[in-house]
Amino acid sequence: MTHREVVACFPHIANYAYAFKYLFENGFEVKYLIPPPITKNTLELGSKYSPDYVCVPFKYCMGCYLEALDLGANCLMQIYGGCRLNYYGELNDCILHDMGYKFEFFDMAAVDWHSPKSIFENFRIINPEMSIAKIVKAAPVTLKIIKMLDKFEDFIRHNVGFEVNDGEFDRTYKEFLKKLENLSDGKELKKLGKTYWKKLNGIKLNKPAKTIKVGFIGDYYTVQEPFSNYFMEKELAKFGMEVYRQMNLTSTLINKEHRKSQKTAKKYAKFNLGATANCTVAEAIKFAKEGCAGIIQVKSFGCTPEIDAMPILQNVSRDFNIPVLHFSFDSQTSETGIKTRLEAFYDMVEARSGK
Amino acid sequence: MKIGIPRALLYYKNEKFWTTFFDEIGAEYIVSPETNKEILTRGENISIDETCLPTKLLLGHIDWLIDKCDYIFIPRVAFHRGYEMCTKFLAQTDLVCNTFRDRNIKTLFYNVYDKKYNRERKAVKKMGKFLGVKRSRIKYAYTTAKQAQQYFEMFREQHQQKVLEESGKIKILLVAHAYNVGDKYVGEPVLGTLKSLGCEPIIAEYMNEAKCIRASLEVSKTMPWAYNRHLLGAIELLKDEVDGVILLTTFPCGTDSMVNELIVRKYKELPIITLTVDSQDGTAGMETRLESFVDIIQLKKERA
Repeated sequence: MTHREVVACFPHIANYAYAFKYLFENGFEVKYLIPPPITKNTLELGSKYSPDYVCVPFKYCMGCYLEALDLGANCLMQIYGGCRLNYYGELNDCILHDMGYKFEFFDMAAVDWHSPKSIFENFRIINPEMSIAKIVKAAPVTLKIIKMLDKFEDFIRHNVGFEVNDGEFDRTYKEFLKKLENLSDGKELKKLGKTYWKKLNGIKLNKPAKTIKVGFIGDYYTVQEPFSNYFMEKELAKFGMEVYRQMNLTSTLINKEHRKSQKTAKKYAKFNLGATANCTVAEAIKFAKEGCAGIIQVKSFGCTPEIDAMPILQNVSRDFNIPVLHFSFDSQTSETGIKTRLEAFYDMVEARSGK
Repeated sequence: MKIGIPRALLYYKNEKFWTTFFDEIGAEYIVSPETNKEILTRGENISIDETCLPTKLLLGHIDWLIDKCDYIFIPRVAFHRGYEMCTKFLAQTDLVCNTFRDRNIKTLFYNVYDKKYNRERKAVKKMGKFLGVKRSRIKYAYTTAKQAQQYFEMFREQHQQKVLEESGKIKILLVAHAYNVGDKYVGEPVLGTLKSLGCEPIIAEYMNEAKCIRASLEVSKTMPWAYNRHLLGAIELLKDEVDGVILLTTFPCGTDSMVNELIVRKYKELPIITLTVDSQDGTAGMETRLESFVDIIQLKKERA
């Protein structure tokens, strides 16, 4: 018997909150709070209570948690990964507890994934009475939602720059997300997916036969969360470019692309460089081979694996004769500076592809 | 065949181990000199701006070595005592190969890639085989080298323990990675200033590693990095014996940026100062901060 109502919450990353919401409401049977969308305020709030030169995703997480706690979340969750991300959870927990908030913290880094007992005990933090049968039933649908989100977003990325009526893709996608929030089962998802896939395909386009393609690579958080890269994909689309991106939950969680990536990047990096660095290199090579006109790398300031990948990217750039633009985001990055650099990049790419 | 060892990063952790090993197998080697202005400037010019200072220094040292030897020894170490390492140590071999691609450098293969306890021995074996040394010779050299490193660390720790017990001066714990404490550019100015202020610097790095890592488990459950656990454990063990703590980091150190925050939060009763070193010159700012820090500790001591 639970005496309190559990409201669980992950920090924001792209639109995956809708998938997690389904998993937690139908699988774990707890309430899931979709944290409010990231704004400048979130980042300011997060930076205020974070160490100075920690990477920016930490600050975003911190801001998200603080906003969610004010809205009544009482079970915060954090994932783990191959870099500093492994230590996010404990420090988040420590700082928030020092600030006087009361909540449970589920830290995936603390789980020993080789021992079923440890996994079970840790997941019981979320709901002590969880039923494994229900989680197993909800998991495939969650994966399907993730796949669908990625498929839709990929389609939008390729086409949004060429829509006839401005903002149509955006409107349709937002409508879809709203319907996704109150999803009841897998059947409904299938139906919803079909209708909106048709709707997206039906949007009028003015797409020339030959477009300028750009590859979009970078560290796990910055490349996926549109706010943290200052909506760069949209900016690129405004210039009339087709944006290609491989990094998303489908490719890492379901298709396990990162295992193949080490092989692709072998010529440049013999070993695992840590976190997503090998993926970054492999994607750059892939995009270069597929005929992209340029590559943009985004990362948070001080992201160690991505910094190590930078000299390698420069070599890739030289070998394949493809321009690579590096962006580094901190909590204080000026938008105009980014726009100017993007404009220059576009001019160069256009001139190169024209000749 | 001549092997070049850069005096940077892991060299400060394994100095005696490596030099003894190469001596025993009869390989010729040179170690790059202490960091100087020229090496630093070279390293800065070659590397990406955002890279941390120790890596810049590593590139500088390698640049110095390149034409003076046949092979350069850049080990890749992913795990240490069952804990992770900073991603810099995973990537340094590839980083160096890519940075100096046009200059045709050859590296010695040395890779500790998983948590198994004998992975280091296997890595050494592989390297020895590549150098064309007999297996029995490698085995002997490895054991001797390991012992040399152990005794070196043991004597260092015993000496420090003696100082800790006998010295009547203000004792200040210097918490910094081995490659920061030992470096002439990063650690030495701080140590010199502390000594000239009449303090006794106690170096966290000199404490026994296994003991420290065990102690650190009480403070942090999920901290993934072996070297940071070592330092954290040293603070935990010495917190009652020292008067103040200096956290010396280089800009922008990935692991320290988070661990320092935890240390400041966990040890609220200890006077702690954070010093960040980057590649800019001038130690006047650091000296002033240290002076005032020592003054505060002295005042606190007099009042108690």
